[in-house]
This record gives sequence, structure tokens and C-alpha cells, in this order.
Amino acid sequence: MLEKALSGSKRYWIWVTLLLGIIAVGFVAYMNQFNNGLGVTGMSRDVSWGLYIAQFTFLVGVAASAVMLVLPYYLHDFKKFGKMVILGEFLAIPAVIMCMLFIVVDLGQPMRIMNVILHPSPNSVMFYDMIVLCGYLLINLVVGWTTLGAERKGAPSPKWVKPIIYLSIPWAVSIHTVTAFLYAGLPGRHLWLSAIMAARFLASAFAAGPAILILLCFIVKKVSKFDPDPGVGAIQSLVKIVRYAMIANVFFYILELFTAFYSNIPEYSAPLRYIFFGMDGHYSLVPIMWTAVVLAFLGIAMLVFPSTRMNKATLIIGLLSIIIANWIDKGMILIVAGFVPNSFERVIEYAPTLNEILVTLAVYAIGMLLVTILYKVAISVREEKAN
Amino acid sequence: MYKGGKIIASLIIFAALFTIPFFYNMGKVNAGPDVALETPAIQQLSDKQCVESPEFMRANHMKLLNQWREEAVRNGQTVYTNSQGTEFQISLQDTCLKCHATGSASNAVVLSNPATTTTGVSNPAINESPEFCASCHDYSAVEPKCWSCHFEPKEAAK
Amino acid sequence: MSINRRQFLRRAGMVTALGLGSSLVITGYRKKDAAASGYAKAPKDMPAKRWAMVVDMSKFKSEADFEKVIEACHKLHNVPKFPNTKDEIKWIWKDDYHHTFAGGHNEYLDEHVMHSPFLVTCNHCDNPPCVRACPTQATFQRPDGIVAMDFHRCIGCRFCMAACPFGARSFNFKDPRPFIEEVSTEYPTRTPGVVEKCNFCYERLADGLMPACVEKSNGGLIFGDLDDPNSEVRKIVGSKLTIRRKPELGTQPSVYYLVGGGEHA
Repeated sequence: MLEKALSGSKRYWIWVTLLLGIIAVGFVAYMNQFNNGLGVTGMSRDVSWGLYIAQFTFLVGVAASAVMLVLPYYLHDFKKFGKMVILGEFLAIPAVIMCMLFIVVDLGQPMRIMNVILHPSPNSVMFYDMIVLCGYLLINLVVGWTTLGAERKGAPSPKWVKPIIYLSIPWAVSIHTVTAFLYAGLPGRHLWLSAIMAARFLASAFAAGPAILILLCFIVKKVSKFDPDPGVGAIQSLVKIVRYAMIANVFFYILELFTAFYSNIPEYSAPLRYIFFGMDGHYSLVPIMWTAVVLAFLGIAMLVFPSTRMNKATLIIGLLSIIIANWIDKGMILIVAGFVPNSFERVIEYAPTLNEILVTLAVYAIGMLLVTILYKVAISVREEKAN
Repeated sequence: MYKGGKIIASLIIFAALFTIPFFYNMGKVNAGPDVALETPAIQQLSDKQCVESPEFMRANHMKLLNQWREEAVRNGQTVYTNSQGTEFQISLQDTCLKCHATGSASNAVVLSNPATTTTGVSNPAINESPEFCASCHDYSAVEPKCWSCHFEPKEAAK
Repeated sequence: MSINRRQFLRRAGMVTALGLGSSLVITGYRKKDAAASGYAKAPKDMPAKRWAMVVDMSKFKSEADFEKVIEACHKLHNVPKFPNTKDEIKWIWKDDYHHTFAGGHNEYLDEHVMHSPFLVTCNHCDNPPCVRACPTQATFQRPDGIVAMDFHRCIGCRFCMAACPFGARSFNFKDPRPFIEEVSTEYPTRTPGVVEKCNFCYERLADGLMPACVEKSNGGLIFGDLDDPNSEVRKIVGSKLTIRRKPELGTQPSVYYLVGGGEHA
């Protein structure tokens, strides 16, 4: 089926070339990092994780969100999602691959990565994270490829794939739960040391992931003859999922704020005070966080009112607001502010460097390229069937 | 054959790319290192035996080094008793390099990896190169990273 | 004979699996390791069940008293001096009371006390979160309680730095060698991309020596086995008022700060 990605319109090839260009630039930037060390990034002794790990966290959510299509379709026989499920799975695959790449580019000694397998450490959450991520990638590859292959032949999917599909549902939850445990089990990082971390992660994932998927569907509809939602209201159903997930996410965040501020324990509220109001003359995250707050509420409003939810233009604005709000929260501030103030209650800020940003963009470009290829395959199969 | 021309052309290009290293080195003399055991440096040593027999060391030095590393760093076991019952302190710098010094004694602390140095030929049979490790490692394209952290023995560093 | 693509792939797969499988079997047979040999501790190695350190701040009177101790450690272990704080590497350093013992201060505390300096280093916790976090066991706890680093194995993921509540760990963001003023051949340098921290001088303990900082502290740092009821550290910790950093986190630090000063046991 992969050969379908080798033929396409001029626009398709321009897009692929553009992505390859970004990847090439990022590769050069990565070689610079590889040869000169992580000193070329903005990370420091105090803020020892930055943009890379934050992107990893955000993208685990995007990967997990495929379950929001798989679960209704396979468990509840929700037929409306029939044409979209494959797009969800084919979004999960590149998302997991991007997660892995972000881990690799974050390592100080990437050549030693196999040590994680050579010296397995069941005490470490990172060990389980590796297992669930690899497993999730495999599951989605097998399920996506097999179901699409069967569809191409006009046959029902083989029986053996059903149990794997059911397995993918708890597995999707597990990848984001384990990722939350990476942070939520660390003593002394008060922003992360929260029992509700995994729930927050899942809520934000189920908001941002399907929102990205809906936007992808709009693009698919625009550039191809394939319509993932041929008037059955699949997208509107997904919009509802995004809406409730986002409301839950904001609600969970408010719970965190309550506990931190009402209890009045200074250590617990310190990172939140830094994020929302700044601390000791350091304010770099304040405007960004308030942007996220405004966008979160704007996004929810756009998705609540039927008039804005049904209108494509306002729907897109709403979805974009939700994606950006979630990205700011999880793909940036959550990780960075976990280290601020540091163990000595000093505020040392972090800002990514150009090199770091180029590498990040390249990883995203790799992800987009994979999405493009996988979607091209899926769409071509669908178009072939339609003719 | 469907698209036969393209396939055959691609195959030829593939085969050409794949065999470049072979053609590139063809006709070049590439004798293996002839590690001499009777160099003046060795003759000066009072004890000519390494921690194990030469045959064992040739085949297993990397495994032994790994074991030493694990035992010393992780288990705090810093004394090695060899198959003849002789004891050695586990130390790359103070035990191995006492004989297998990579630089001449007059050198200051070497802050680079001798395995990657480009100076001269690494055949001890030709020029008595003291680059003991490098003499084989260069030939077999092995680049251990020991020297990015470890040093020459103390005497040599002075 | 003509085969279709599917059959071809299947057969190729089988042949590959057969090849890989048999090569594994062969290497399995070949795996005969090292000659008969043994490993032992160094004869001078000092045994202990729980190494610990007491910091008696009353003995640190001048800036020079601190500098001596810090220099001794950093010189011995080839700790580089980076010009910027971003790449900084520290094994032992000083910070003021108010930052060292962060949280819940008496607001009437004298300015002088607030800013009085304290020595800080890795606490070599009984329940080290960094060891729990490490995905390769590159950081591990020795039977004598020392939390050690295996620089050969560290992949540089920095999970331990996020896990450590004391900020005791540093990462080699850059090649440290150009930033080492005076190279010490007593201890290796580090490669870029690994984490490092204080190791309670286990390499010196193996030679029967006290840690470098203790040696240079004029009695300000007392080092010994907490498990031994007759050790000086045990007597101080057992009978005097000592405090530890962030005890509420349950990591059980092994670095104790003697407050009030005065003569100890």
C-alpha cells in the first residue's frame, strides 16, 4: 500500500519537499547539538528539561487521543466514526514516533540508549514508559495497516485483529497515565506532585488530540476527494468530545489552583504563582500563561454555543484556541515551571535557543511527513474504492 | 519486464554504491598490525606477563575491562585475582597503562583520544609506536572512548 | 516456478528468522568467558553500613574555610569551572541558610542568620529518589549507603535531576575538559552528556582515606558510619540537635547540620 505515497499532485510534492527541507535544517542543528553537547540548548542545571520533554509530553496525549475514536466505534458500535477511525490511528503512529524522537534528542548520550534495555530498571517509570510507548506504536501499526488492507480488498478485517483493537483502548490510557507518573511521583517538584496529574493529562489529551484530528479532516476534505464525514455528523460528535474533555481539563486545573492556594502552603503554590503572576522579578511565562487561559475559555465558548460550533469558521477558531491553550499548558509551561523555583527556592528561568527550536521543528516535520504519507495511503485506498 | 529499464538501472546504481568501499580500497596495501612483543620498552619491564596470558588478553581484553569496570565502579571490588592467583589493583590508569602507556613518558597529560590521533603509522613493528591500544584499534576501526575521561598514568603525566 | 509477492515475502522472512535464530544459538555456544579469577575489596577499604556526614557550621568562620573545602573536592575530582551558571557543575558548594533550608521561615529571623552560609552537597539519602528514577541503574546505592554514579552507563536523560529534591546533581552540558584549570590525575574527568555529583569520595575510602572535603575542614565536617554506635557522627546525631534538608520528603538525608555549634562529642 505504501506505493500510494509515491504518486501525487504537484502540491503534494511541494509540501513533501518543504517538510524535507525543514528536516534537513533540523538535522544540521541536531548534529551541532550531538557534537557540542546539550549546552547548545537553553536548558540548565536548574531547568534540566525543556522544550523537548515538553513536546514529548504533549504528543503522548495526541497519540493517546486516537482512543476517542476507537472506543466509540468498536465498543459502542458508533458507526459515524467509521471513516475516521483510520485517520485517528494514522495520527497516533506519527505522534508516538515523534515522542520517541523527542526523547532521543533530549539525551546527553543518545548512543547509549540501549542501556535502558540492557539494564532494565523496573523501579524507574521511564522503563515502563518505554514499554507502553513501543507497545502502542506496534498496536497502532498492526491495527491500522490490517484494517486498511482488508478494506482495500473489500473484505472484513481478520478476526485476530479484534482483540488487539480492544487492547489498544486501555493501552492508550496507559501511555498517558505512565507519562504523568514520570512527573507525579517526584518528591520536591510541587507543580507535578499531584494525584490528579494523570487525569489532567488524559483530559487535555482528549481535548487537544481530537481537535487536531478534526482540523486534519478539514484539510483532507479540501485536498482530496475523500470526505471523512460525509454528512453523518462525525465531526460534530467529535467536537462534543473535545468540548467536554476541555471543560474537564480546565476543571481539573482549577482543582489544582484551589488546593495550592487555599491550603496556603508556600511550596505548593510557588510554581503557580510564578506561572500566573511572576516571581522575584521574573515574568517570562506570565503573558503566555494568560494567553492560554483566555484561549481555553474562548475555545470552550466557541464549542458550547451551537451557532459557533456549527459554523466552520468559528469552529476552526475554537479548535485552534483549544489546541494552542493545551500546547502552552502541557507542551511548554508544565515542564519548565516544574523546575521553577528550583530546589533552593530561586527563580532561574528557561528560554529555548534557536538550535533547540530548529531541532524541535524538524521532529514535528518528520511527524507531519509521516502523517502525510499515512494519510495519503489511507485516502488513496478510499478514493480507489469510491471509483 | 514491467519498467525493466528503470529497475535494472536502479539495481546497477545500488550495486555500485554498495561496493564503493571495496573498489575504493582495492590495490591499497593494508597489512594488519604486527604487534611486536620484544620491543625495548617491553624488555625493560621486570614483569612481562600481563594480568592474564597474551592469548586470553588478545581475545578477551574488552570483556575483562568491562568486568573490571563493573566490579570496581558498581561493587567496590578494586582488587583482581588472576588465574594464577596474582593480585592486581583494578585501575585502567595505574595498572593497565603502567605498561600499555599510549604516549611517551615525556608527554603531558593527553587531553585527546589517542585512538583517534592521526599522527604517524600505528604499526609498532615499523616505528616502535608506543600507541599500544591504537595499533590494533585503528586497524580494526574500533574507537574506545576511554580517553575522553581517563588519563595517562601519573608518572607519565608528570 | 513462479511465486507471488506474498509467498516471496513469507519465504524470505522464514529464511531470515532461521538465519538469525541459528546465529544466536551458535554465539550462545561460544559464550565461554574469562578464566578462573576473582574480585575482592582493597585491603585498606574502610567498611561501613551507613556513611554519613555532620556539618558543624561553627567551625566555618571565614570565606577561606569554605573555599578550602570546596577547592579540595573540585580540584581532586576535576570539576570544571564554567563561566556561566547555566552549565555550572558543583559537587559541594555553599548557600545561605534561608535557601538551604527553604520553606516556612520565621519571619523575625535576624538578617545575619538568614544569610549565614551553609555547605551543601549530595545528601546520599537512604531512600534516594534519583536511584528510583534512573532508567539504567547508572545511579545506584552502594551497600555502605553511598549514592554513586556509573558515568559509563549514564544516558543523560536527566530524570535523576528532576527527581532530586536537593539540586545536588549537575549535567555536563559541554565538554568539561577545557574548563578544568588544573587537571588532577587522581580521578577521571567526565564525558559530555552525563550527570555527576558528590560521591562521598568512595575512591578515597577504598584507600583508607577520609573524603577530601573532610580532610580540609579543620573538624568542621565529621564523617563516619552512622550504624556504628561508637562513631563520632552517631554520637553527635544521637545527642545533639541536628537538622537535615527537607526531612519531610522522607528521603532520609545522610548529611546532618549541627546547629548551635559548640563542642561536640
